[in-house]
Amino acid sequence: MVKTKQQKAIDFLINNGVIIVMFILVIYTGITNDRFLTANNLFNILMNMSSRLVIALGIAGCVITAGCDLSAGRMIGFAACIAGTLLQKIDYSGKFFEGMQPLNIFVALLVVLAITGAFGAITGFFIAFLHVPPFIATLAMMEIVYGLALIYTGATPLGGYTTEYTNIATGKFLGISYLIWIAIIVAAITWFIFNMTRHGKYMYAIGGNPQAAEVAGVPVRLTMVLIYMKAAMMYGLAGFMLGAKAGGASVNLGLGYEMEAIAACTIGGVSVTGGRGKVSSAIIGVAVFELLKAALQYLGVDANAQYIFIGLVIFVAISLDIRKYVAKK
Amino acid sequence: MASEYKLELRGVSKSFPGVKALDNVQLAVRPGTVHALMGENGAGKSTLMKCLFGIYKMDAGEIYIDGEKTTIENPDDAMKKGIAMVHQELQPVLARSVGENMFLGRFPVKKFGPIQMIDHKTMYEETGKWLKEVGMDFDPKAQLDTLSIGQMQSVEIAKAVSHDAKVIIFDEPTSSLSDKEVEALFKIMEGLRAKGVAMIYISHKMDEIKRIADDITVMRDGTYIGTWPAKDMSIDDIIAKMVGRELTNIYPEKDRTPGEVIMEVKGISSIHEKSFQDISFNLRKGEILGFGGLVGAQRTELMEGLFGIRNLSAGTITIHGKNVTIKSPRDAMNAGIGMITEDRRGNGIFGCLSIKDNVGVSVYNKFLTAGFVLDHKKINKVVEDSIDKLSIKTPNMQQHIANLSGGNQQKVIVSRWLANDPDILIMDEPTRGIDVGAKHEIYEIMTDLAKQGKAIIMISSEMAELLGMSDRLYVMCNGKLRGEITEESDMTQEKVMSYATQF
Repeated sequence: MVKTKQQKAIDFLINNGVIIVMFILVIYTGITNDRFLTANNLFNILMNMSSRLVIALGIAGCVITAGCDLSAGRMIGFAACIAGTLLQKIDYSGKFFEGMQPLNIFVALLVVLAITGAFGAITGFFIAFLHVPPFIATLAMMEIVYGLALIYTGATPLGGYTTEYTNIATGKFLGISYLIWIAIIVAAITWFIFNMTRHGKYMYAIGGNPQAAEVAGVPVRLTMVLIYMKAAMMYGLAGFMLGAKAGGASVNLGLGYEMEAIAACTIGGVSVTGGRGKVSSAIIGVAVFELLKAALQYLGVDANAQYIFIGLVIFVAISLDIRKYVAKK
Repeated sequence: MASEYKLELRGVSKSFPGVKALDNVQLAVRPGTVHALMGENGAGKSTLMKCLFGIYKMDAGEIYIDGEKTTIENPDDAMKKGIAMVHQELQPVLARSVGENMFLGRFPVKKFGPIQMIDHKTMYEETGKWLKEVGMDFDPKAQLDTLSIGQMQSVEIAKAVSHDAKVIIFDEPTSSLSDKEVEALFKIMEGLRAKGVAMIYISHKMDEIKRIADDITVMRDGTYIGTWPAKDMSIDDIIAKMVGRELTNIYPEKDRTPGEVIMEVKGISSIHEKSFQDISFNLRKGEILGFGGLVGAQRTELMEGLFGIRNLSAGTITIHGKNVTIKSPRDAMNAGIGMITEDRRGNGIFGCLSIKDNVGVSVYNKFLTAGFVLDHKKINKVVEDSIDKLSIKTPNMQQHIANLSGGNQQKVIVSRWLANDPDILIMDEPTRGIDVGAKHEIYEIMTDLAKQGKAIIMISSEMAELLGMSDRLYVMCNGKLRGEITEESDMTQEKVMSYATQF
């Protein structure tokens, strides 16, 4: 049966429905509000996207293996707090470690990545070796990390960062913020891992059919641990970025970001049933999310009502996406 | 108007995107008979039945029940009109009881004013009654996953009977049954026949068809070929109608001489007492070693033990004269073993991945540049070569494997292991669920591999295949090795069965 041009056009519209609606919304907002489509505002949106993309790319690995990661948000908060305590100005009055020289930002980042990576590996260990479902394992880690962050900081907000640290958000290279560069580099590395390394291929295989992966000689357990470890390190990086952007941090930074990241991934086409999803899916999903938020704000939609819109977009986007894979009868 | 037929389908057509699955097909089933629906895989048998059962909507065609034209909207509607289906893949709720599965969707209820409560007592009594009706007497409260597949099937049949079904569709019901269970099924079918139920029976097993069927309808490539009384058709006749050509001997010549012993297995046992125990055998270079036995003889478990999917409690495995320890499939692969599993969809293919990724998954270690970057050029070459060599029918290697037929999927899995180049290849039911043409191709591939000096272990529950392909045979029963057959002249069905039934 050959499809007519009309059917093809309809398929195209449905398969790309969310993106098309997004474009229309962006253009509409641009027309009605001349401050929306300015270079300044678009860079702002990109800045917001940057850390969200890093989170989404981390969580994408978990979702592709038919898992999820609820600990992402709390990891981000913890990471931002650790980075904050290590990078305060020496003469800041409310300094956390009194009299300590601020660390080199790269050293601080490494410390953050090592700590979040270790926690991610622990989550991965429980999932891979002790067969705890990802939903539960990451829920447990979410609680643990939050508790640790509270104890570590005493629940006091941090501030007074060195200019080297805040410069990550304010500084530019070729006219583009470092934050955006970081996101681009992370996206490129993730693309490379997903497509050009064994680890990436194993990830898709495990997501597609874990039993078959085992039989095909895929090191399933090790791969799972690596996926959760890698993801946690990316949350760590995102927390580091967010801290720099805000110029401060508290334990509640990142709350709920894991849900938005999972939603963004699925909107972009990462399948929650596993085996499907690309870097571009995460980018599209995050872009849709951030553009939607910005557009609604510029259109003067009540901040509280924005949640409703976001929820509706998730419903519609996922229904359309699932439609592609559900076999037609 | 009374009709000679209980059920009639006329002019049924159904298209899927890109394929015409059914083209003007007809079927007429008399009451109190078993009507065999035959055809190669992809001939459209299951599609036709799904149209009849309301799972698919037909593009064109008419359904008559007792001579009266009717339509069937969905499975629920079909059951209301007296049609029931025992599915090829059973879809029971494993964690619930037999009774709950029987009455799923129509639980008997007690009313207390506005509150409806499930009437468990009636449910279990009724279930017990219907089970007896089909000659089974296990506990209606038993959880379903404690039953054997045969028993689960009886539950399905009892369910169909309890619906007072006048037409029952059996879609390959015996594919995973032991001989004993098949006998039980046939007895139930005899009973249904006496009650005037019209049965449609889909199976690839010729001897069963000859035994049970009254009429035979053959389909090929989505078209209707014809209907004949079963007694007028020989097995060769049926095959000829199915494939549209005369089939001569479908097994290649056994013109090879096995070489030296490549693997020696001594006294291996499963950690589970009821599984395989104290198994010793050897495997030679360039031979096809068959493993026969009834379903449940633990042959698959034994092979999974060798391949590191299951744990061993005792015994040694020697390959090329060296002791090897196998604790995971990866260990097995490093020791030069490959395995094509029985349950292709369960642990063989990656349905949502491309052909390329399905072949590549086991061999990425071999195709790296700089130690960790995949060399896609080389991988593409390997995949292209195997698509060529095994004549896998696909437009390109990016195609999702789920879009291929069973036979072509199997060839992709074979490619995976060829790319991995093992010395020993275990093939568990290598031709299960694939059509006659593709079967023959798999046999050719196996023969070629043996000639190249690979050692092949084949588990087969199809007697003809086991006898036709093996250079040597071991027969298992109840977890133990019961006999070895080395001489071609001893390779008879009787001999195998005598070993296979030494419980």
